[in-house]
Amino acid sequence: MSDKVLMKGNEAIAEAAIQAGCRHYFGYPITPQTEIAAYMAKRMPKIGGTFLQAESEVAAINMVYGTSSAGFRVMTSSSSPGISLKSEGISYIAGADLPAFIVNVQRGGPGLGGIQPSQSDYFQATRGGGHGDYHVIALAPASVQEMADLTFKGFDLADEYRMPAMILADGTMGQMMEPVTLGNYVPKQFDKSWAVTGTKMQRKHNIVNSLYLNPEELERINFERFERYKVIEEKEAMAEEYLMEDAEICIAAFGIAARVSKNAIVAARAQGIKVGMIRPITLWPFPKKIFAAAADKCRAFLSVELSMGQMIEDVELATKCRRPVTLCNRAGGMIPSPEQVLAAIQSVAGGLKK
Amino acid sequence: MSIVFEKPHALTDAPFHYCPGCTHGIIHRLVAEAIDELGIEGKTVGVAPVGCAVMAYDYFACDMVEAAHGRAPAIATGLKRAMPENIIFTYQGDGDLASIGMAETVHSATRNENITVIFVNNAIYGMTGGQMAPTSLPGQVTQTSPYGRDVTQCGFPIRVCEMLSTLDGPEYIARVAVNNVKNVRAAKAAIKKAFENQIAGKGFSLVEVISSCPTNWGMTPDKALEWVQDKMIPYYPLGVYKDRSAKEETK
Repeated sequence: MSDKVLMKGNEAIAEAAIQAGCRHYFGYPITPQTEIAAYMAKRMPKIGGTFLQAESEVAAINMVYGTSSAGFRVMTSSSSPGISLKSEGISYIAGADLPAFIVNVQRGGPGLGGIQPSQSDYFQATRGGGHGDYHVIALAPASVQEMADLTFKGFDLADEYRMPAMILADGTMGQMMEPVTLGNYVPKQFDKSWAVTGTKMQRKHNIVNSLYLNPEELERINFERFERYKVIEEKEAMAEEYLMEDAEICIAAFGIAARVSKNAIVAARAQGIKVGMIRPITLWPFPKKIFAAAADKCRAFLSVELSMGQMIEDVELATKCRRPVTLCNRAGGMIPSPEQVLAAIQSVAGGLKK
Repeated sequence: MSIVFEKPHALTDAPFHYCPGCTHGIIHRLVAEAIDELGIEGKTVGVAPVGCAVMAYDYFACDMVEAAHGRAPAIATGLKRAMPENIIFTYQGDGDLASIGMAETVHSATRNENITVIFVNNAIYGMTGGQMAPTSLPGQVTQTSPYGRDVTQCGFPIRVCEMLSTLDGPEYIARVAVNNVKNVRAAKAAIKKAFENQIAGKGFSLVEVISSCPTNWGMTPDKALEWVQDKMIPYYPLGVYKDRSAKEETK
């Protein structure tokens, strides 16, 4: 099945997860990601898998913990308030070095917020979200095709590095329909000798655990985990560069904000403004090197976000504040228009002339 | 010379950290004996709680998972759904199962998850130093109920077996105690049955074990066992609260 089909972003994630070998889905209803659960509820019983609607997001993520402990590919999906509830479990999954695949189709916050698209869980996703020193791999799709592709990638990265991987999408990505090509995933083999599948009386017992009462041991494990994170930062950072060859102004945007920005960039270039874009595909690890290199030649950065300005901090850090970074944003479920982004580009360009 | 008594194989050689006079040791042993007698150690995965039994993963020789506080039944659900041929049990205290994990407890029971739950009720939070539990008795003095549990402010203790037995879902719900030899033998039988039910695919089986906490109750071990008999068992009557298969057989 490698033909193009028309799918909603949420459905593309669900189908890609099944093709990636995920046979266990645990979730709790929340808008705007319900298509994932609906898809899984239909498909999983037909292919010998598990679809289970848990009593809460807290329970769902712990079911994920259980199935992952047994060495199986497993996922959950939710939206912002639900991810807050799952954060306890995500911290434990990170602390127990378990792979897991988690989808956050973000909505406006804080609190119950709204149900319209948002990117305001950027800090939560890129800083860990729960308690303790840890990261999740945060992937930011900007098309339905990427919803699928980054699902495959997410499962593989989670297994390779034994940590949670999260799709950080938003309501538009989840709801929009686009042609998508599936069916090209080639499964990889991962060592899961750590899994609790029963000793079969042939080995010492395996223990899945995040408790270390000896602080020296806990410190050592934290240092070891961050050595692994260093490798990920080195090897796995991904970004798309758009019209960056001659760009004087660099937009930083991901997901739907990047799609809006592309329209604005085309319009600005028609007016002779040399503007390009770096679109992070991995939010953690953040593509620091690409931004650092851009700071060598670009004169200003513009962070376009559906939040009060969260990724802008990573842009400033990656460029070490060598260039001015301006925010162009909407919040609460609103999406910046191409005209708003164009006006922001013009304003930054005007500032450079002075 | 023949060996007439030895440590169950399903227990490791790690020394227990439990306080003198605590009955967790007895309950661990009963669980391990049941695992040995049923020959299921190699395919059993246990889920340890947060609470006094937090390090149970070091004591049971089968594969083990350490859960977040109260989440053991959800983790057990994830394990069992992925590995239906394995035997999955949780071992939880009263704060873990009946307070912070109540939703997970009730919903795994109503789904009739085919798992075995060992619920140790000692009417107090032991590991954190003796705070009021959802099962602390009315008037019971604890660190956080220094004037005695005031039911007008804190509500009444939760009788887990009675509550869960109102559900259509679960297969087997029983309450036992380990304060004397007779009760220990009955506890063993109930725990073994809770595992046999899972092997037979019958579903959710929970055994509540009335236990003692001499340290946090501020009593000697023998006085604590008397308190179990005189105070706890009257509030938490022993017996089988639900046994669907037995009921169906007698019909």
